[in-house]
Amino acid sequence: MRFKKLGLAAVAVAAAVTLTLSGCAGGSNGGNNNIVSVNGSEPQNPLIATNTNEVGGGLIIDHIYAGLVYYDADGTPVNEMAESITSTDNITWDIKIKSGWKFTNGEEVTADSFVDAWKYGALFSNAQLNSYFFDAIEGFSYEKDTELTGLKVVSPTEFTVKLSSAQSDFPLRLGYSGFVPQPKAFFDDPKTFGENPIGNGPYMLAEKGAWKHNVDINLIKNPDYKGGRVAKNGGLKVVFYATLDAAYADLLADNLDVLAGIPDAALKTYKDDLGDRAVDQGAAIFQSFTIPERLPHWSGEEGQLRRAALSLAINRQEIIDVIFNGTKKPARDFTSPVIAGWSDKLEGSDVLDFNPTKAKELWAQADKISKWSGKFELAYNADGGHQGWVDALTNSIKNSLGIQAEGKAYPTFAEFRTDITNKTITAAFRTGWQADYPALANFIAPLYQTGAGANDGQYSSAEVDALIAKGNTAKTLDEANKAYQDAQVILLKDLPAIPMWYGTSNGGYSTKVTDVKFGWNSVPLLQNIIKQ
Amino acid sequence: MTGYIFRRVLQALPVFFGTTLLIYFMVFAMPGDPIVALFGDKGVNPAIADQLRAQYHLDQPFIIQYLIYIGGIFQGDFGTSFSGQPVGQILAATFPVTLRLALIAVVIEMIVGVTIGLVAGLRKGKWFDNSSLVASLILISTPVFVIAFVSQFFFAIKLGWARATVSGEANFPELILPGIVLATLGVAYIIRLTRSSVIETASQDFVRTAYSKGLSRSRVTRVHILRNSMIPVVTYVSIDFGILLVGATVTEGIFNVPGVGRTLYQAIIRGEGPTVVSFVTVMVLLYLVVNLLTDLLYAALDPRIRYDK
Repeated sequence: MRFKKLGLAAVAVAAAVTLTLSGCAGGSNGGNNNIVSVNGSEPQNPLIATNTNEVGGGLIIDHIYAGLVYYDADGTPVNEMAESITSTDNITWDIKIKSGWKFTNGEEVTADSFVDAWKYGALFSNAQLNSYFFDAIEGFSYEKDTELTGLKVVSPTEFTVKLSSAQSDFPLRLGYSGFVPQPKAFFDDPKTFGENPIGNGPYMLAEKGAWKHNVDINLIKNPDYKGGRVAKNGGLKVVFYATLDAAYADLLADNLDVLAGIPDAALKTYKDDLGDRAVDQGAAIFQSFTIPERLPHWSGEEGQLRRAALSLAINRQEIIDVIFNGTKKPARDFTSPVIAGWSDKLEGSDVLDFNPTKAKELWAQADKISKWSGKFELAYNADGGHQGWVDALTNSIKNSLGIQAEGKAYPTFAEFRTDITNKTITAAFRTGWQADYPALANFIAPLYQTGAGANDGQYSSAEVDALIAKGNTAKTLDEANKAYQDAQVILLKDLPAIPMWYGTSNGGYSTKVTDVKFGWNSVPLLQNIIKQ
Repeated sequence: MTGYIFRRVLQALPVFFGTTLLIYFMVFAMPGDPIVALFGDKGVNPAIADQLRAQYHLDQPFIIQYLIYIGGIFQGDFGTSFSGQPVGQILAATFPVTLRLALIAVVIEMIVGVTIGLVAGLRKGKWFDNSSLVASLILISTPVFVIAFVSQFFFAIKLGWARATVSGEANFPELILPGIVLATLGVAYIIRLTRSSVIETASQDFVRTAYSKGLSRSRVTRVHILRNSMIPVVTYVSIDFGILLVGATVTEGIFNVPGVGRTLYQAIIRGEGPTVVSFVTVMVLLYLVVNLLTDLLYAALDPRIRYDK
């Protein structure tokens, strides 16, 4: 009797063991010559170019598609599929594409492949996260399904784009992954297509099902690619890591070839750990905090004084040195030093200096208009590693101005953004911007134009709006940049957001690879990497 | 015994409905709008957000959302994640990995913990007993992430004995290091439990009887002392196995194990209701199964325990 029972229990345990054993795949990893491994994160959406707005999916889309132009290491646009992009009035753009390009399923890439993909991305009922990229094109609507009347196919290798208003930087935007073409197979069932996307870029999926969810995705070199980003390695293995710490451990163990980003805990030591394999260069990332004008004490003349006082009260360099180990640069404007047209000598940029004496003076002046009460709060999401600098920054304000200041933590990013979007947030809050395309306009218009999508503080200034319009219609890029610089002079007075610092690209690479460089957008130029 | 098992399975039904309802409600009540978070730092277009909400049924009242979800489950559809992957597939991909990891940890716990505990209990007060006490106290008081980071650094990065992180296959050899890390705390507890249980059993009358019958020392130890000391240990291990199946988030994160804890954590952060609820439901069911197996093991260990009428 006893043995029978023991037998039953043993069978149960044995069954559990076999079940788990059988789930274990046998194959080994060996034999992947020339495949460069790089860290990534699980894409949040199916791999659809017009619906991918986060870095995890963006990295893959960028490498399996070729658009009209791509950005080189400095952010200069280089024609990829485009033969020419011309306009006489900045409204109607004539785009000629190269012939003979094919998607990896053999289908020819024509003007229709672009036009149909853009129409899909813009159509209201398709609810694409990147639809705002097409809002400059005539016929676009945020309210209902409308035909993008601005797009006209002239011939298989030529189409025209009519914008609803003049946009001098339109060609600059075209390198963004939202503007890539799609093969016919895409339109049948975009979601299924997004599991095994077919592109025309320097890489392609290694096989059907190459995207192993939450694990990795294997890309191999596309032999038919004809553009300027030809892969110098055999392929990419994008490994999805839950944390940067895990990826960093793999880099140290030489299991991972390229790491974009360094975990906070290793910022102090990574240059010693990696030696000349460490990467530290400028990035198109701008960080600030926004104070909505609807909060008491923060509008009108009083608001201007208090905002300037706050900005002068912050010792940016000290926070960068202590919290970020010097891996950021104090902000001198509202854009980024890697963008053409950046200037650290804008009129009024001395408001970004650290000057506690002047800060106290201005604060006292504001107190004469209306006495300050309560405390200054800076909201942030606690799941993003922001607490360190928020504490340092509020301390800096507390010490310089002698007022109460502290951080206000939201448990998750979702909760944080919901309060901001619904305008129910009652504190200042952290804001950041990573450029979609390398132009001053991209740092100004989406953030400070009246009613713009990412204008989280609901800032509105007729002067700034006019200068943005002037920049959009400018005939040359220099002229446009001048207008955006002038707009920033006003922003420096109004300080709708208080600039803090520019991000840098930090990363490293293994002993097995050479020729690793990061681009203007902090993404390593993976196609150029050579693996022994 | 089959009748007993049948009754236990029946009892699992209300637990299943109760937990899914409760967990679904908790995810529903979680502050913050997951659709807003999908837009990142960029502006939210309200019209598009509304469409997405409708697509994931997030615009429906709570009870309707729940019924849609439960209705799907009975058709074998656990819902889809934001990345468009069926939750059923995610479950199938991650649970075997975590199960393997938990199994490794439990086997290590059992072998190491019981052996040391037995020897310590038989040599009460000697140097081995004392040093095992010190060692287990150190293990108990060290947080698991410290053990994880330190062992990752030394064994994987410095010595190269193991991979620093686990590959997509997550096969047994790769999981040994994270398995050892997970086992450390359990080992410490099992040493303490086995030791005190062995000491107690060794002083019982039936042990003295066994010796006076002329049985060998090793046979008394194996059959009479060890076996009768196992009930508290088995109870602990079964609870621990359940915890390992659901709570290895930290270790899975550090070693990048593509298992349940890591996936669930990301789903919670993203507010993906169907993923979270399905995971937790399966966890609850697994826990019930493990509990049932434990109860059956009791009967095997101690003939006085019977489940049949």
